Amino acid sequence: MRKFAFLAVFAMLFSAPVVAQDNAAPRTLNPASIEAQQAGDVAAQDPDDGPLRGTVTDDSAWQDLGIAIAAFATNEDVPTPANASGTQALGLELSRIVYNDLRFNGLFRPVGPDALPRPSYAQITAPAWNTWRGRSAEMLVHGFVRANGDGRLTVGCYLYDVALQSELVREGWVVAPSDWRRAAHRCADLIYSRLSGESPFFDSRIAYIAETGPKDNRVKRLAIMDSDGANHRFITNGQSTALTPRYSPDYSRIAYLSYVDGNPRIYVYEIDSGRQTLVTESSNPTFAPRWSPDGRHILYSMAIGGNTDIYRVSASGGGTPVRLTDSPSIEVGGSYSPDGSQIVFESDQSGSQQCYVMNANGTNQRRISFFGGRCATPEWSPRGDQIAFTHIAGDFRIAVMNPNGRNMRQLTNSWHDEAPTWAPNGRIIQFFRTERGSGDTSIWQVDLTGENERRLRTPVGASDPAWGPVLP
Amino acid sequence: MNRFIIAVTLSSALALSACKKDPPETTPPPPADVVTSPTPTPTSAPVGPQPGSQAHFSSAMMGADTIYFDTDRYNIDNEDMAALRRQAEYMLQYTGSTATVEGHADERGTRDYNLALGERRANAAKNYLVSLGVPATRLRTVSYGEERPVATGSTEQAWARNRRSVTVMISR
Repeated sequence: MRKFAFLAVFAMLFSAPVVAQDNAAPRTLNPASIEAQQAGDVAAQDPDDGPLRGTVTDDSAWQDLGIAIAAFATNEDVPTPANASGTQALGLELSRIVYNDLRFNGLFRPVGPDALPRPSYAQITAPAWNTWRGRSAEMLVHGFVRANGDGRLTVGCYLYDVALQSELVREGWVVAPSDWRRAAHRCADLIYSRLSGESPFFDSRIAYIAETGPKDNRVKRLAIMDSDGANHRFITNGQSTALTPRYSPDYSRIAYLSYVDGNPRIYVYEIDSGRQTLVTESSNPTFAPRWSPDGRHILYSMAIGGNTDIYRVSASGGGTPVRLTDSPSIEVGGSYSPDGSQIVFESDQSGSQQCYVMNANGTNQRRISFFGGRCATPEWSPRGDQIAFTHIAGDFRIAVMNPNGRNMRQLTNSWHDEAPTWAPNGRIIQFFRTERGSGDTSIWQVDLTGENERRLRTPVGASDPAWGPVLP
Repeated sequence: MNRFIIAVTLSSALALSACKKDPPETTPPPPADVVTSPTPTPTSAPVGPQPGSQAHFSSAMMGADTIYFDTDRYNIDNEDMAALRRQAEYMLQYTGSTATVEGHADERGTRDYNLALGERRANAAKNYLVSLGVPATRLRTVSYGEERPVATGSTEQAWARNRRSVTVMISR
C-alpha cells in the first residue's frame, strides 16, 4: 500500500569487483574507544554460551554484545528529497538511526558511526576485517543508500560476524524519500531479530497525548510519531481536551477520547481523510477505547446513570453494541489476548481496582490479581505470555504478571508511572510518568528485566502512549 | 512587618483566586470556534447578576456549589446533603434554571478509572438533587476525571479539594 517495497538488491549491486579485504583499513583506528565502552560487558559473558545463542527470556538478563555500526556508504553522492546534502550525509543519518534504535534496548552495546571509520561503497560487501577485529567488534553492520532514477532510494543493510568473517543476514529496501527513516528502522529490526531471535518492533508508530501549559489549564492534543520519536505530528489543535488514543492495528484509524462537544466521547479518527465519527451514537459518556487484535471490534467503557460497564461495537460503524459486563461497580478498559479469545479488564467490584479476565463474549469473568495493592490499566502482551498493568500500592508502578495473575513483578519505581503499552514484539513496555507537584508528564520505555529504562524524547509533555504493531 | 505584608498578600491572592475560581468553571468547553463568555453582562441590565445565572448562583451558594468526596468514594455525607439542599432550594426557587453537575477526581488515580469515578460523583450529587425535587430534566452531568484540578499541589489537602462535584448553572 505505502510506497515501501522489499527488493532483492543483493545480486545487482555487488557485481563490482571485490576489493582486497584485509589490507584495506582506510583510517587509523582508535581501539580504545570501543574497548572502553564494552570491555566490562564482554568479559561478563559466559564463554560457554556465546552471544548469539543466549536466549532472551523474561527471567534471564539481556546480554551485551559488541556491535559496530558504520556509516552507510553510497555509490554516488547526490542530493535527494530525503537529504539535501546528498546521499553520503543521508548514509550517515541512516546508520545513526540504526545505532540509536539498537543502543537503548539493553541487548546490545553498539558503537555508532560517529566513533568509527567510514567504509567505502565497495567495502560494504567486503568488510575490512582487520579494522573491525582491531576494534574488538564482534558484530559489524554495514549498509548503503543509493538514489534511483525514479526518485526513490535503495537502502541495503548487512550484518557480519567479525570473528567468523561471514555475513549473517542482509536485506534491501526501495523506499520513497519521505520513508527513508523506515529503511533504517527495518535495518535495525533485521539486526535485532537475527541476533536476539525476537520479533522486530522498531518500524512502528506511537500515538500519544501531547501536553502543554500549567497543571490547572493544561492543553492536551492528540499526536503521533515514529517509535523513536521522529516524524512527529499533532492531529488535534488543543481547543478541546483529547485523551487515551489507540491506533487501529492497520494504522488507518485512531480511537481516542475528546471533549469536543463538551462531553467525554470516543471518536474514531481516519488518518488519511481527517474525518472522525462517534464510536457509538449515544448521549452517554464513552471512554477507554481499545481495538481487537484483528481490528474488527472496538471495546469502550460507557457510564449510564453513573455506572460504568464495558461494551463492544463493530469498528466498521453501525451495528448494535454488545454489553460485556453488567455490575453496579466500575468496569473499565479492557485489552484483548492476542488471539482475541479473552479480555483482561479492571473492576472495583471487590472494593478497589483489580484485574479480571473474561471470555471475549463477556462470560466467565474472574479476578486474577490477588497480590497486595491495586491492579489497573491491564494490557495483554502481543506475545500473550504477560499482562502489564499499573500497580498501585502507595506509589504507581509498572508491573507485569502472567495471565493467571501469578509472578507479579514491578518493573519501575517512581512516584507515578501509569498506563503500560507494549512494543509490537512484547519485549519492551512504554508508559508515562507524572512528576509530583508540577504534574509534568513524559513517556518512558522499560524492558522486561526492569533494568533498561529510558525516556523517549518528545517535543512537549507526553502521556497516554499507545504503541501500534509493526508497520505493514 | 514582613510577615504582615506576606499575610496581606496571601489573603488577597486567596481572595483573588476564590473570585477567579467560579467563572472558568461555568460550562464545559464551548465548541472549538466559540470564544468563552464567562458571565452574561448585559449592558443595560439591572444591577447585579441575573437570577439563574452562574454568577448569581455562585454568589448565593457561597461555596455550597461544591461537595467533596473521600478517596475512591462517591457517597453523599451530611455536609454534602446540606450543600445540596441549598442548591436544590435555589433551583426550585428559580424554576427556569438548568445546571451541569461536574464530577472530578484527584490526580492520584488512573485516567480511565478517574473518568468513571467522576461520573459516579456527578450522578450521586444529581440523584440527591432529584430526590429533593429538582426535575432531572434540568440537570445534566459531565465527568472531567482528573483533568480539571482546582488545587494544583501534590498533597493530601490538594487532592481532597479536587475530589469534588460542582454544580454550575447553564447560561441560557
